[in-house]
Amino acid sequence: MITHLSHASIYVLDQARAIDFYVNKLGFIERMKVPLGPDAFWITVSPPDQPDLEITLMPIQEGGMFQADVAKKFRELVQKGTFGFGVFECKDIYATYQELKSKGVEFTKEPTKEFYGIEAMFKDDSGNWFSLKQS
Amino acid sequence: MKPASDIHPKMYRYRRIVEAKLFIDAHYADKIDLDNISNQAAFSKYHFLRLFKSAFGKSPHKYLTEVRIQHAQKLLKSHPIANVCYAVGFESIPSFTKLFKAHTGLSPKAFSKRLQAQDQQQQAAPLTFVPHCFAKSYGWDE
Repeated sequence: MITHLSHASIYVLDQARAIDFYVNKLGFIERMKVPLGPDAFWITVSPPDQPDLEITLMPIQEGGMFQADVAKKFRELVQKGTFGFGVFECKDIYATYQELKSKGVEFTKEPTKEFYGIEAMFKDDSGNWFSLKQS
Repeated sequence: MKPASDIHPKMYRYRRIVEAKLFIDAHYADKIDLDNISNQAAFSKYHFLRLFKSAFGKSPHKYLTEVRIQHAQKLLKSHPIANVCYAVGFESIPSFTKLFKAHTGLSPKAFSKRLQAQDQQQQAAPLTFVPHCFAKSYGWDE
């Protein structure tokens, strides 16, 4: 029986920039930073109140299953904002929205009452977008 | 649909509460207490406590302690326990040790040892930290 999700990936354009975004802007905790070569790290972060979920900040670079043309196309798609990766929950969306905006996070939707809760939307430094939700 | 912020008349209040949280983030290493923090938000102490807890789900004191412990966890990798204790704003090693253990389940000494062992393992065999599905897609396991 599967019990829960422990690791999920976000594909990023620049790992150093991404770690700054997720730790210093979103307030996540850095869990792992393991060097795997000159230009790559195994980096994971967790939301502060959910340490059993590690989000891996995966570099989009050539290697393994990513051939050069695939990596290039993938980078373009991420940069364009093609991918929405998930929903982050918060206790109070107005406070969280204010905090993240004050730290320079780019929002594409203000907190808005929806059927499933109050939702805002923001982009990370690579172009991936997320919902921010208060249930 | 109309943005909720348009119909929410108290956005200015959130700004002040957020400023108080950011004040903790910036000054956790200093000798700060509830008076400093509520002054920062320009609220009475009681009102501030209630609003902070409602916005962030924890009291400002609990949040300050968590921020200090988080920073201590990073520093323990390469600094002595006493230095870490004072560097993150605690005033006594026994209270630091007690709170650290309550938050992490380990004493600062045991935590530091675990970090050092993990560091050595990372240097010696980094791929042992990476689930195979990730390593394979990048060719890191070749």
